[in-house]
Amino acid sequence: MSAPVVTPVSSILLVVVASLFGSFGMVFFKAGATNSTAGLKSLIFNWRVFLGIFLYLMSSVFFVLAMKHGELSILYPLVSLGTVWTLVWARIFFGEQLTKTKFAAVGLILAGIIFLNLGR
Amino acid sequence: MSSATISPAPIGIVDKRRRSFILVFLCTLVGAAAQMLIKTGAATVTRPGFFGAIIAMLTNPPLFAGYCLYGFNTILMVLALRDGELSMVYPVIALTYVWVSLLSMVVFHEPMNVFKAVGVAVIVAGVAVLGRSKAA
Repeated sequence: MSAPVVTPVSSILLVVVASLFGSFGMVFFKAGATNSTAGLKSLIFNWRVFLGIFLYLMSSVFFVLAMKHGELSILYPLVSLGTVWTLVWARIFFGEQLTKTKFAAVGLILAGIIFLNLGR
Repeated sequence: MSSATISPAPIGIVDKRRRSFILVFLCTLVGAAAQMLIKTGAATVTRPGFFGAIIAMLTNPPLFAGYCLYGFNTILMVLALRDGELSMVYPVIALTYVWVSLLSMVVFHEPMNVFKAVGVAVIVAGVAVLGRSKAA
């Protein structure tokens, strides 16, 4: 057996912060992607896409700080919280419907995260 | 003798959606590889704090390589998002969790236990349920 690796709470919180930044990055990618007309140029020279990239970079810095300690197999799945945020932002900013199915999916993802933390 | 007419596949919303899905699936493989590099690099970062992490992202080879892959991943994802609904396309990314969990065991020798296995499985189930959502 290998020596137990402790995943500190601080690392977990840093992943949560990273997932929030990442989900907002996603919102701006979507806004930029649907806003651009045909052609790669309109996609590249698009402030929404740039802001999305910036938010992703912010997310990445928090993620590196989180990854310093602890197990990848615990920390990485916590990124799925970003999916939950994204569904909420999709509802708020793009008017995408939050159906019962999506609610069920969110419930499963959150349950999965709880299980992961029990296995910590 | 045979002069069967092969009608070309109609180019429509279904094909766009399929292309979008394939791109996102590719993202999960690239993303998992990036995570392995990021974890490898992050574990060796000695400079503390927020700016320490930024400097490490630029100077630590595995971290830098990991984020280059991540950047490539992001381009793929933006392309995928052009044809897919945000709330449908993004969760497919969750497949990455399976690859990362398996690679964590194999490469980093992280222990697996029932809770972790069930946790990842339930998360993936959540993703599968999302795919069945009516809006897809």
